[in-house]
Amino acid sequence: MKLITTKHNRRSFLKVSTAAGGGMMLGFSWLAGCKPATIEEMAKAVPSSWFDINAFIKIGETGLVTIFSPNPEIGQNVKTSMPMIVADELDVKWIDVVVEQAGLNTDWYKGQVAGGSNSIRNGWDSLRMAGATAKQMLINAAAKKWEVDPSTCSASEGVISNGKGETLGYGDVASDASSMEVPEKVPLKEIKDFKIIGHDTRNVDLDNIITGKPLFGLDTQVKGMKYATCIRPPAFGNKLVSMDDTEALKIKGVESVHQIRVPLKEGREVDKIAIVANSTWAAMKGQKAVKAVWEAETAVENSSDHNNKMRKLAATLSKEPVRRDGDPEQAFKDADDVLEHIYEAPFLPHNCMEPMNFFADVNKDVIDLIGPIQTPGWARERVINLLGLYEKSGDEEKDKVEYARICSKINLQMTRMGGGFGRRLYGDFVIEAAKISQVTKAPIKVVFSREDDMAAGTYRPSTKYRIRAAIKDKKITAYHLTEVGINGNMWANLASGFPAGAINDYRVDIHALNSNITTGAWRAPYTNFLGSAEQSFFDELAGKIGVDPIQMRLDLLEKAKVNYAAHEKFEAQFKDDDEGLKEATKDLLPKGNYEPEKFIGVIKLAAEKAGWGKAPAGVHQGFSTFFSHNTYVAEVANVIMENGKPKIKKMTCAVDCGIVVNPVAATNQVEGGMIDGIGHAMYGDFSFVNGKPVQTNFDNYRMIRMSETPEVEVHFVKNENKPTGLGEPSFPPAGGAIANAIFSATGERVYSQPYIKSSKVLG
Amino acid sequence: MATFNIKINNESRQVDVDPDTPMLWVLRDSVGLVGTKYGCGIGQCGACTIHVNGTAVRSCSTPISAVEGKSITTIEGLSADASHPLQEAWREHDVPQCGYCQAGQIMNAASLLANNSSPSDTEIDQAMQGNLCRCATYTRIKAAIKTAAKNS
Repeated sequence: MKLITTKHNRRSFLKVSTAAGGGMMLGFSWLAGCKPATIEEMAKAVPSSWFDINAFIKIGETGLVTIFSPNPEIGQNVKTSMPMIVADELDVKWIDVVVEQAGLNTDWYKGQVAGGSNSIRNGWDSLRMAGATAKQMLINAAAKKWEVDPSTCSASEGVISNGKGETLGYGDVASDASSMEVPEKVPLKEIKDFKIIGHDTRNVDLDNIITGKPLFGLDTQVKGMKYATCIRPPAFGNKLVSMDDTEALKIKGVESVHQIRVPLKEGREVDKIAIVANSTWAAMKGQKAVKAVWEAETAVENSSDHNNKMRKLAATLSKEPVRRDGDPEQAFKDADDVLEHIYEAPFLPHNCMEPMNFFADVNKDVIDLIGPIQTPGWARERVINLLGLYEKSGDEEKDKVEYARICSKINLQMTRMGGGFGRRLYGDFVIEAAKISQVTKAPIKVVFSREDDMAAGTYRPSTKYRIRAAIKDKKITAYHLTEVGINGNMWANLASGFPAGAINDYRVDIHALNSNITTGAWRAPYTNFLGSAEQSFFDELAGKIGVDPIQMRLDLLEKAKVNYAAHEKFEAQFKDDDEGLKEATKDLLPKGNYEPEKFIGVIKLAAEKAGWGKAPAGVHQGFSTFFSHNTYVAEVANVIMENGKPKIKKMTCAVDCGIVVNPVAATNQVEGGMIDGIGHAMYGDFSFVNGKPVQTNFDNYRMIRMSETPEVEVHFVKNENKPTGLGEPSFPPAGGAIANAIFSATGERVYSQPYIKSSKVLG
Repeated sequence: MATFNIKINNESRQVDVDPDTPMLWVLRDSVGLVGTKYGCGIGQCGACTIHVNGTAVRSCSTPISAVEGKSITTIEGLSADASHPLQEAWREHDVPQCGYCQAGQIMNAASLLANNSSPSDTEIDQAMQGNLCRCATYTRIKAAIKTAAKNS
């Protein structure tokens, strides 16, 4: 048993008061919907009182437990998996748990963000601690009642026992426990003792989803609410000159039209036009009827120009390489042969199935903000700025109190999100809703049409990678990658991805081409295409040196392993001596950002499960492996030829994400990430002419559909390491796996996404 | 505005809307049944699928004037207690990720199974081709349809 120190102080960890009448607050339908079990299976009755044990847990007098899920749910299943972790340490039966989405509360919860596959990784310790602390407090409360030493008591599945054969349910002592001191140290379970973690647990919202209950932001209905659509600049670089709302106001249901000025994420302000109506349909019709005149304020850009400029940049070195090991320039001079290719990918819209929307009512003492947002904390801050609610006095302590007071006057509720993929990190829709609510003095739900959603994006930036490798005596002697991205580049850590740490002479350069087209995080930022590009290149490189593509990676990783072990040895030896460590490792090749052993593990598992090298006649395989967002993934694509065209038949995937919290949902994430990766590599195409997106809706923007979806098989490496995230890591290698399998099947290499457009055999 | 008498999930309703109003928005904004989802507005994603006289249609492209007097079924009315074989199968396979498209997927699949009780893989692919899932839960949707076909 491991004892851990509880890091939270009483103020931040505990909601001290007991919640009287909490049961009344929660309607029956809500309870039925959020129960992991169906109502018939419920073992415990609905309580009349709930007692807050801490920010994550409240327990009713009947023993029914509510666990709050702190992070936004975008389909990554944290609303189930985060409470599972709490419940396991609390030691209750999952059937006795009700899950509730927590609102934004920065006093109680840390990192209420959905992004970067970080929720489980960052939440693991604090979620376990929340459960374990509550369990200890319940035990302490029971011990006090029994007048025995708590160390003679134990708890399991919601029941506390003492050494004398007496038992008390959690519900019996919940009231007492809610006022207990928070213990300084609590024991955590051994991994082998987990009863919920590691077991398939159904999505807690599933019954609501399959019966059409209101769950999503777009489903928000509030009394007196108006619906608003918004006309935004039709092209990037445009500004509003004038507008005529005469025709729009004639439409039945349209109530008013407003010119509003709102800040963009980078702070610059733009004019938009809001159409306010008594129904979504009227607001949409009104939007079409407004005549707006726009003119170019800054240059309007074209994808073709971007491409030309980016290709030129890709051929040059940046001022400072992001990483440079050894002497790559010399190695290229000394090479017998050089392999070089440029890999290209377009902008991509996020296309969450639920278009952007948000509800705001800013005209009350407590402001309501309700809807789908991946970054609730940032959204609140921006609304405070937008409405000018906070003015600094200069006195830091006073300001802190004042800011906290303002925050307490904002009720931000996160709804389930119909997808996020990064788009809902940017709360432009929250700002619009708040602004329109302010202007109209009404509760407002702002709704994007699909066309609005695609045209007012925060796109995956178009990106190019020029990759070169030097070959001497059939060995890879140097590696050089140059990235050109729109508006930004990979973060430095990515430059230390494989094959850094495996090749002595290594260099990464980056260039950014600035554009007025808004770009941002998109599922697996940067790695979403880096994985495809690099893994396609490795496959070709293996062919060039005449080695099996998997063997080539394993050979490189063996070398990285030796190097990594040398670093580890010195790191242990010079634990508190940075200078000593520097001196000891000065002749070593710098490490990569990965653990070679884990990489080798997933590669071997994928190769074994996919029957690499043993494919039956007519099945052509492609391999790809990538470490991103702290998780190791290897994938094998099987392609067959059907009617003269390659068809992706099957994907086999191996994953090392540490402990798998909820296998059924984890598998779902990995499957979806892979298929999503394939879909966007094959079909995703988004471009601009005169600042205006060419693609407008699903009739001219292609996404993968069922008939194009391969069979999938997912295998997890079993270990007891802390869990890492799964929302992103299976995406980056997928494009490479299929490109390599397409090559095996047809002999054609594809370098540009979407493959469907650049390939002769696919088109 | 005009008054329309419609039958939704076996319940007669009277709504006062413009004749061109798509059933999608009648359901969501006027009737308060929000299980039917808006995805694209042009019949390309299937999120808004409902049944009109038992046949799957895209409610975003179906004006109320076209369905007057007809019987409409939405996800809320597919079964009384979430026990439709497809709903059971969706549970068994834990299909959804974000869940937004799933009502449309289920409604479309229900129409398929009503006409073809044991569809082949190709028939499922063809029938479901109009339903997008951005989370790409397609393999589970397909498996769940097969399970439902077996159990119904």
